[in-house]
Amino acid sequence: MGIATTARVYKDLEPDSAYAFKPEDLEDDEMILNMGPQHPSTHGVLRIELKTDGEIVKDARPHIGYLHRNFEKHAENIDYQGVIPFTDRMDYVASMANSLTYALTVEKLMAIEVGERVKSIRVLVSELQRIASHLLAIGTYGMDIGAFTPFLHCFREREKILDLFEWLCGARLLYNFNWVGGVSHDLPEGWTDKVLQFLSEFEPVIDELDDLLSLNKIFTDRTATVGIIPPDLAVAYALSGPNLRGSGIKWDVRREDPYCGYEKYDFEIPVGQGRYGPIGSCWDRYYVRVEEMRQSVRILHQALDKLPAEGDVHEKVPKRVKPNPGEAYARTETPRGELAYFIVSDGGLIPYRVKGRSPCFVSMSIFHEIARGEMIADIIAIIGSLDIVLGEIDR
Amino acid sequence: MKEYLEGIWVSMTTIAIGMGVTLRHLFMPSVTQQYLADENPEARWKSQIVPEGLLNERSRMRLHVKIEDCIGCKQCEKVCPVDCIYITTEKREKDEAPIFASDGTAIKQRVVQFDIDMSLCCYCQLCVYPCPTVCILMTPEFEFAETSKENFLYRFAKEKPLQPGEKKPHEPVVAGA
Amino acid sequence: MKRPDLEAKISNFLSPLVIAGAGGFLVVIALLPKIAEMIRTQLQSALSPTWASVVNIALGVGATVFLLAQLPIFLIWFERKVAAHVQDRLGPMRVGWHGVLQSFADGIKLLFKEDIIPEGADRPLFRIAPVLVIMGAFAAFAVVPWGHGLIISDLNIGLLYIVAITSLGAIGILMAGWASNNKYSLYGGMRSAAQLVAYEIPTALVILVVVIQVGSLSLQDVIASQSDGLWGENRWLLTRMYGLNLIAFVIFFICGLAETNRNPFDIPEAESELVAGFHTEYSGMRFAFFFLAEYGAMWLVAGVAAILFLGGWVGPYFSGPLVFFLKTLFLVFVQMWLRWTLPRLRVDQLLALCWKYLIPITLAVLVAVAGLSVQAS
Repeated sequence: MGIATTARVYKDLEPDSAYAFKPEDLEDDEMILNMGPQHPSTHGVLRIELKTDGEIVKDARPHIGYLHRNFEKHAENIDYQGVIPFTDRMDYVASMANSLTYALTVEKLMAIEVGERVKSIRVLVSELQRIASHLLAIGTYGMDIGAFTPFLHCFREREKILDLFEWLCGARLLYNFNWVGGVSHDLPEGWTDKVLQFLSEFEPVIDELDDLLSLNKIFTDRTATVGIIPPDLAVAYALSGPNLRGSGIKWDVRREDPYCGYEKYDFEIPVGQGRYGPIGSCWDRYYVRVEEMRQSVRILHQALDKLPAEGDVHEKVPKRVKPNPGEAYARTETPRGELAYFIVSDGGLIPYRVKGRSPCFVSMSIFHEIARGEMIADIIAIIGSLDIVLGEIDR
Repeated sequence: MKEYLEGIWVSMTTIAIGMGVTLRHLFMPSVTQQYLADENPEARWKSQIVPEGLLNERSRMRLHVKIEDCIGCKQCEKVCPVDCIYITTEKREKDEAPIFASDGTAIKQRVVQFDIDMSLCCYCQLCVYPCPTVCILMTPEFEFAETSKENFLYRFAKEKPLQPGEKKPHEPVVAGA
Repeated sequence: MKRPDLEAKISNFLSPLVIAGAGGFLVVIALLPKIAEMIRTQLQSALSPTWASVVNIALGVGATVFLLAQLPIFLIWFERKVAAHVQDRLGPMRVGWHGVLQSFADGIKLLFKEDIIPEGADRPLFRIAPVLVIMGAFAAFAVVPWGHGLIISDLNIGLLYIVAITSLGAIGILMAGWASNNKYSLYGGMRSAAQLVAYEIPTALVILVVVIQVGSLSLQDVIASQSDGLWGENRWLLTRMYGLNLIAFVIFFICGLAETNRNPFDIPEAESELVAGFHTEYSGMRFAFFFLAEYGAMWLVAGVAAILFLGGWVGPYFSGPLVFFLKTLFLVFVQMWLRWTLPRLRVDQLLALCWKYLIPITLAVLVAVAGLSVQAS
């Protein structure tokens, strides 16, 4: 089939925007390949248009918006406490982190200072959520590369965390837990002992994951020479979270701009060291996540020790959330990067404007830079290593 | 040459270690819990880590309303973020016999319509907290699948349920309707 | 929610039958030499020699085809159970007692599926492709011996025949990829063709290693030269030549994995990348054909490896078809074990492995073995 016939077929289909590739611009031997919205490996409904020359990708354009649910418009019609279930659904994999950021922003707006027990509970829950989210990222990344077993081993551990959350607040995935001024439920009897039991069972699993997947030569060959993000490019594109730390830059919002008492905890910030290839490769970003799980276990042990025995979690929760007119911006370190909310209040019961700054949206913006010159199998590896969740990108 | 041999050695050892992990897991017991294993409906679903099992009293599954205790304050309707509760009340006349909820609160309004559209509910549990008599709660019952969307509109009001053909004050938006 | 009664009744009725059938199968395999002897003497006395041999061969072909049709039923269940237990889960449990009826259920489902041929597909090629792939896998069993005299045709160029017939599968896959009128299938077909052609070279070289030590291409002769079991002058090839044969065995196994498109070499059917690769557009029974061909080829690779290096039907303690069956089953288990452990290799890494690592090592082993054989004789 020559280029002329391709052009005829495409003209009938009307490319959706000026952003899509035009078949008239194709040179010899190039092909437009569509990794469509329904694909086993793009984590969610993401459409990627690739201009390929055989196996090598010449250019890549991601198309998003297939999961747009009008979060910011909904937030303009619902009162402050009612927006929290909506924030859960933005990044549905790590929903405690989203609601925490929103609650911190509204507390900043209303100048509420929560008690120590609430802060400790929030840290406990955030770190458990970080472990759960990284387990999912690691498991699905292994599955994209072709190793099917680590996926199920990771999910077995994630199941324990989800069971703990169900015991705590009643839901497994979308919790509505972090409220403005406190949390929704206090810890049940015996919860902290079971968290300790989970941590003692979990630490050997991370080492087993190293044996099975991380240090496997086939896996490192597939990922350690692919998707290199140089440090200056990472900073120029405003990456954050494991994507930035994989390029060797030590930047963590929990250290730079502490919230919820993080300045009192002692933990390291893992960065990519280029162990199997150049710094900033897919393997570095992946291994930063594995190391972050280890550091989360460390923080959890400290948080369990520091948990105050007394304290009412509903003490500072206001009856009606009615902030003074003004704006507030607060950011936290979610498993995917730096999430922030910007809320404008006009003095009423309903926010005037809620804007979510999504870390995955920023991660996706660097995709076309690093996808140039890679092979199609590497595209899958790159998307998996950026750890995107389409709910957060499209909101 | 050295990298060549080193590459072969590293491949063989990492593959062998990986195969050892897999073999060990082959002989470990499974963690699957089968659905039909619990023939007893009262039995609780087991968990790997929670001692008494799952679906405890905090579980957020099906909504239930004890309509005898409802005083018609409409707090739950106001606070629901997705507007899935529809309540219509009428003021009870002074000459009607006084009725009370189970905790002693006097009921001043007659609840004519108390509908919950379960297909819209987002299971956030925000409606449970404002209720003064704690008559709306989320139960651990999870097997309530329906075959048609109309069956998801739960009608709790006893006094004057909606007649067939009568329009509801808030018409839920059904796609394609 | 209780299980429906009819489903429980069917399951409880059919499961013991299937398990008893599998047991009966094993018994027949164990007693195969005696059964074959009985049939042979009956035919000799009843018919003329040419007719007797014709009927003999026809029965052999029938028995082999029957066996090869039954094996995937067991192997699919076995693979799913092994995969599940490696991943800490249970696998099929509901369709029959511990899932033994699962393969039957899948087969019946595939039979009922609509046969879709995509618009713009090359219809004759689309139809022929699965047939070629299955032929490439099943026709090689004509020279595989199951016991003393239990072979359809003892060709004196048996190993060459096997190498030649298995390359037919490559043509079938290319046809399937092209005829589907689908960019993803085309990618899968091209990658697979490159992979299969490349990996035939180390396979042939390893077979040469064995042939040097045995002196004949016939499979029965290969087994005859290992007739002493684990110790002795004519012991298993795996234990001879100071470990060089062990290296050759490992290389043969890796090439066999590549020939059958199994993980870590399953780029052509990479589920996460190309949906299903060259068999994306196939549905129903045509897809079942590709599946059967994969399991048949797995059994073939394991069987030939057992014959070449592990002594075939000659065992350490007792001989017969049951020994061959068990050895092959163990090697098939190792193939499945590898599939569920390792990630996938990328196309260029796969080809680099073949050309830069396997072929030089095999050539070195070949030279060493030839030198040692000349020295010994």
